[in-house]
Amino acid sequence: MSNKLEFDRPINELEVKINELKIFSEEKEISLDKEIEVLEERLNRLKREIYENLNPWQKTQIARYVERPSTMDYIKYIFQDFIELHGDREFGDDKAMVGGLAFLNKSPVTLIGHRKGKGIKENVLRNFGMPHPEGYRKVLRLMRQAEKFKRPIISFIDTPGAFPGIGAEERGQGRAIAENLMALSCLKTPIVVVICGEGGSGGALALSVGDRICMLEHAVYSVISPEGCASILWKDSNRAEDAASVLKITAQDLLEFGIIDVIIPEPLGGAHRDYQCTAENIKDVIMNQLKELDKVPVDELIKNRYNKFRKIGEFLEQGK
Amino acid sequence: MGCINLLRDFFKKAKSSKYAVLDIPGRAVSPKDEEMIKCGECGEVIYCKEGDLEKHYKVCKKCNYPLKLTAMERLSLILDAGSFVEYDSKMESKNPLNFPEYEDKLVAARESTGLKEAVVTGEGTIENIPLVIGVMDQFFISASMGSVVGEKITRALETAVEKKLPIIIFSASGGARMQEGLLSLMQMAKTSAAVAKLNSSGQLFISVLTNPTTGGVTASFASLGDIIIAEPQALIGFAGPRVIEQTIRQKLPTGFQRAEFQLQHGMVDMIVERKDLRRTLSRLLLMHKRV
Repeated sequence: MSNKLEFDRPINELEVKINELKIFSEEKEISLDKEIEVLEERLNRLKREIYENLNPWQKTQIARYVERPSTMDYIKYIFQDFIELHGDREFGDDKAMVGGLAFLNKSPVTLIGHRKGKGIKENVLRNFGMPHPEGYRKVLRLMRQAEKFKRPIISFIDTPGAFPGIGAEERGQGRAIAENLMALSCLKTPIVVVICGEGGSGGALALSVGDRICMLEHAVYSVISPEGCASILWKDSNRAEDAASVLKITAQDLLEFGIIDVIIPEPLGGAHRDYQCTAENIKDVIMNQLKELDKVPVDELIKNRYNKFRKIGEFLEQGK
Repeated sequence: MGCINLLRDFFKKAKSSKYAVLDIPGRAVSPKDEEMIKCGECGEVIYCKEGDLEKHYKVCKKCNYPLKLTAMERLSLILDAGSFVEYDSKMESKNPLNFPEYEDKLVAARESTGLKEAVVTGEGTIENIPLVIGVMDQFFISASMGSVVGEKITRALETAVEKKLPIIIFSASGGARMQEGLLSLMQMAKTSAAVAKLNSSGQLFISVLTNPTTGGVTASFASLGDIIIAEPQALIGFAGPRVIEQTIRQKLPTGFQRAEFQLQHGMVDMIVERKDLRRTLSRLLLMHKRV
């Protein structure tokens, strides 16, 4: 029960009830279709009421939800013949990061992304999706490979952030992220970024410099976790809900700021209710974006990418 | 009275010192016009009346700890006297997220530092070699990087490309500025892309890391210099020590993330004491001078 979403509980309870009715009606061979139909209508209304009015903190909880599909699910549903490639050739293989090759329809692509675990045990193995420098260096290697073979790159973002630890600092976490930012800014191949869960600060940005930044409807992308912000601002990490709303972290806010390009719709009730449908929505967007990017000559692609990030920022200049 | 003193000092020092005097508009000595400051490391009291800056460079005599410098102090210690011309001096931050208390914070920082934002950029000369320079000022909201800092750094890098000049950036930062949300994070991408542009044009970029350089600045342009210099004992890292301690639930070893640690781990080219910095920089510039 503890890992269920609090605000989602009424929906969940109703879903359970409807299921019970269905089973009951099958077992006893009594038609309850009308009753079920009424309840299903109510369920849809409830989903709409709740999911169309989510506040930024609720979205944060959805983005972090253990049952929410993530990188590996999308790789499975969207691409064919995935082959994982391991290691940074320098230090190790970061299990919080995944990379490899696959077919998108019939064209080969390079896939990179953060990798969270589904349960506690896998999450410990995956370090909760928080990469070390070798993770960033692994994806950098794969991105350069993509450039060499002129394959587009699809990047899936779902991380609380880069790992803050002793080994990470000893091996140059800051430098590793910076190198990715610099390399991605001028990589000669199309890059489509999909922020599918948590976009946690620099650790997310290191894989998010691309030609198109797409974001799932209920994903979040933030410079600092709401908890971290609250503890700095009000010395109280319990005020994360307030912090989430001042930080402007939702896809809707970020589209308005011109930071992301596309919002990918989620099925009613969130991505965790229908992996297949979410994956199809993502696939449509990726296909459309790649089709557009394919027409752009490489020099122009890089110029456009530079300008895309160059123009982000709001300030005043007297006399101008 | 103060004005006359300043003027008199200006002429006096311009003759006697190879260092620039404080000929740059803005606060000269320290943000609160302090006559003395305490060493953050050992507690020793250091006097910093006018003129003292050049004697001890604000380095603690007892423990050799380099104390924080304002951007203007730094410029005056590095550049040739009277050579500095500032870029984008009027650029100011907005409050794009309507973040609570951000405007008050900006006003207070502007008042206490006399600066518009946390980085001063411009051009000047070192031993008559022209260069573009950027200096972050920690007295301005911990020199965190928001839209203005990102824009000014990017413009400085682009100017270096246009004018075919080398660029030196003195970093000191608490990281990305939380109050501007994702706009701040994007400055990391923007500045790093500008370094890529500089690299393809063949201009020299020297990054000098001063105490403390952390977060989004470490994870972007500050780590991308052709040559990276650190000041002694400077705290340099991605995550702050407190965050690491809370995450791994153990105390960090002494010297962790200090400049000496970074040198040992291969993250910086050298550690240079403040008194030798100008000479080191001028030598490096000379080695990259194009004929």
